[in-house]
Amino acid sequence: MKKKQPISTGSEWTFEQVERYDKEIGRVAEHYGLDTYPNQIEIISSEQMMDAYASTGMPLMYSHWTFGKHFLHTLQNYRRGHMGLAYEIVINSSPCIAYLMEENTMTMQALVIAHACYGHNSFFKGNYLFKTWTDATSIVDYLLFAKNYIAQCEEKYGIDAVEDLLDSCHALMNYGVNRYKRPAPISTEEEKARQIEREEYRQRQINELWNTIPKNLDKDKDIEEKKFPEDPEENILYFFEKNAPLLETWQREMIRIVRKIAQYFYPQRQTQVMNEGWACFWHYTLLNHLYDEGLVTDGFIMEMLHSHSNVVFQPAFDDPRYSGINPYTLGFNMMMDIKRICVDPTEEDKRWFPDIAGSSWLETLKFAMENFKDESFILQFLSPKIMRDLKLFSITDDENLPYLEVSAIHDDEGYRLVREALASQYNIGNREPNIQVYNVNVRGDRSLTLRHYQHDHRPLGKTTAEMLKHVHNLWGFDVHLESIRDDKVHSSFHCPPKEAEEERSLIELT
Amino acid sequence: MTHIIDRRLNGKNKSTVNRQRFLRRYKKHIKRAVADAVNKRSITDIESGSQITIPNKDLSEPNFQHGRGGFNNIVHPGNKEFIRGDKIRRPEAGAGQGPGSGKASNQGEGMDEFTFQINHEEFLEYMFEDLELPNLVKKQLKETIAYKFRLAGFSSKGTPEKLNIIRSLRSAHARRIALSGSERREIRQLKRELREMEVSPEEADQERVEFLRDRIKELNAKLKRLPFIDEFDLKYNNFIKTPVPSTKAVMFCVMDVSGSMTQEIKDIAKRFFILLYLFLCRTYKEIEVVFIRHHTSAKEVDENDFFYSRETGGTIVSSALELSRDIIRERYSPAQWNIYIAQASDGDNWEGDSSICSNILVNGIMPLVQYFAYVEITDRHHQNLWREYEAVYEAFHETFAMQQIKTVSDIYPVFRRLFERKEA
Repeated sequence: MKKKQPISTGSEWTFEQVERYDKEIGRVAEHYGLDTYPNQIEIISSEQMMDAYASTGMPLMYSHWTFGKHFLHTLQNYRRGHMGLAYEIVINSSPCIAYLMEENTMTMQALVIAHACYGHNSFFKGNYLFKTWTDATSIVDYLLFAKNYIAQCEEKYGIDAVEDLLDSCHALMNYGVNRYKRPAPISTEEEKARQIEREEYRQRQINELWNTIPKNLDKDKDIEEKKFPEDPEENILYFFEKNAPLLETWQREMIRIVRKIAQYFYPQRQTQVMNEGWACFWHYTLLNHLYDEGLVTDGFIMEMLHSHSNVVFQPAFDDPRYSGINPYTLGFNMMMDIKRICVDPTEEDKRWFPDIAGSSWLETLKFAMENFKDESFILQFLSPKIMRDLKLFSITDDENLPYLEVSAIHDDEGYRLVREALASQYNIGNREPNIQVYNVNVRGDRSLTLRHYQHDHRPLGKTTAEMLKHVHNLWGFDVHLESIRDDKVHSSFHCPPKEAEEERSLIELT
Repeated sequence: MTHIIDRRLNGKNKSTVNRQRFLRRYKKHIKRAVADAVNKRSITDIESGSQITIPNKDLSEPNFQHGRGGFNNIVHPGNKEFIRGDKIRRPEAGAGQGPGSGKASNQGEGMDEFTFQINHEEFLEYMFEDLELPNLVKKQLKETIAYKFRLAGFSSKGTPEKLNIIRSLRSAHARRIALSGSERREIRQLKRELREMEVSPEEADQERVEFLRDRIKELNAKLKRLPFIDEFDLKYNNFIKTPVPSTKAVMFCVMDVSGSMTQEIKDIAKRFFILLYLFLCRTYKEIEVVFIRHHTSAKEVDENDFFYSRETGGTIVSSALELSRDIIRERYSPAQWNIYIAQASDGDNWEGDSSICSNILVNGIMPLVQYFAYVEITDRHHQNLWREYEAVYEAFHETFAMQQIKTVSDIYPVFRRLFERKEA
């Protein structure tokens, strides 16, 4: 191919060049069939980047002390040189907002555009979890509504009351997620109208539930036997929003806001490996494509590869820099590997992946991106070659044994075991304790019982007592938490604590 | 479709509110940290901001977590020599999971404390919170005798240097227009008639033309006679005297440098003086500091001599008080200056002198000053000077304060006690 004039030669960027790169990268992305939301690229300074960090990356957020804490923390580390800032932040919204730091070189800006504006962007638009659980067009509107609503509450009820409630909600944020039911997307206007409607409705319903006037004796008996809720409820915040007896309507609305935001972030927590892997794969592929066309210089591609290999660097387990498996490394390697299996399969690949070996790599990758989350993606596509390349091995830690054991390594016997172990590591259900609303003593002291279903006999951690205070804060009456092992109550926690019980559970904890 | 937006000029302080929320929530901790910083570090460092450290457990954001125990199976990268079935000694509790010790060091000790920076203003804000300068308000309202001249409109009387030229010419112009109205109207009329006669085809009445021309000339001459500027037009800037609150302060540092004062005691005194200086800086734009040291006789010195030159000999406190009084009379009129005196001593004084001291204080100094603070840096029993001062305190308990400092760590608490906001 005839060499063209490169888009840029120096490291300083200009708006014209950013635009030009975006155009070219967009053209190549289209060539590969990436489907994206429209892009909104915003150039920001490092201070603004730290602001964005502090409020979970969102362009709008309500005020809360924890965001201030994160900001101070980032600032301190950045000033001391303990950490660099991310080159970009990208938001799952339509248009897809990407923040680029002004300090980046031209090459980095191009890398970030390819990575965020085409990689992450197409993932947000294509992956089934994002499609089901988030609504990219309305999130910014909703955040605006939330910010204003909470600011109003602060004015009406005082900063302390709002802060107190938000603290408890944030603590339970991971338990404010619906895993199965899909909420319908609505706009700010509708949200406002509905919010007023909800206010009236809710109070009426709750009064109904706590109505203490006996209707008649027979019915009463029925209720005694029936549990409330009939089935355990996994979305604890939702349960409180609808059923906590003492909350004011504004408090219910705020619980709802936190819950909605938790729900919005839920897919990101489930697809970190895939999302980053996909974005890395595409910045690598798109920029190399531009290089092949002669649109970028040798210097450009060297700089790109340098930072690319920094991003996908995986220190070994005994390296002082090691802090778990790098999702960029795992994701990028797996994406590249899928392409390899499609294009140039070995005998081993044909045995392990008969369906995809030799198929169209573009379609296979897209299928993988659209229909999986980390757990299932790894279970489906982690190949023996990757396990060998990364030298993966699994360690078993059984509290009944005095030692740790290497349960599997990257060999024929171990491939499947390592793969399963790694996949389950990315199952949020295994990572977080499974705690659900089990019962409410409707006719008695209104106490709430939560149940923790132990996974692999793993007990609850040290924060449990602190957490129950937050649950108690929202529920307003006594709270019990039973930890269930093999269908039996293994230990229990109470708030306010029962003295003898507390001692016992403390012993168990230590 | 891509939009590229330059956001760099947008405000960068989006987190300010959140930061304030954080400071608000942990005010108690921050105040404690500030108090510690004041006690621990050399007070001369206080000019800068400060690092604030809060134990991490106090600002945790808890979450339900798994504890240790049960059955865990974790995948790690970078295997070198392990084969299936290898057994490894379980690391000590808290050293992390599995053989990867990286996790432990990341989340271990370094994270026990949360550290962040507050700036100089915030530092002083926390340091002096709940403190106030005694009698400040009273002074400003009651005894402001300093005046400033302020422009307040214009007057028709005044001295030539206050003449306002623009105003004067403007009023002269107006006068001329007003007084010449009828003449100018007539001139216009006559001129129009003249022009009409000139352009009319009929033969002009020469006599009439002549008359008109004369009349116009006459009127113009009359106009010229109007004075260009008149006494009546002159306008002068009008200044009025307005009282201004006195915002100047002078701080007298009085210290005993006799043989009994060790360097350690002087250091304590120095810290106390610096605290007072910083505190005054927050209230006054302009502060002068007068250093007076004394043994048997008093002398005004510069800062360096005040703190570091060595002297020996007996102690006569009254000499310093006399000198302060004289300096106030000479240079710092109480009308213009807020006067603060801080005296530090180890309590020693020549037996017969203490009553003279209280006499000078009561008659010569206390009526002039905002506040007199006496700190006695000693861990021994009080001597006669303290007892005399107690009597002064009885008489002036609003403006006179005395406290004892035993060790370095007392300085800040004592300082706070001296300037604590009094309940109204």
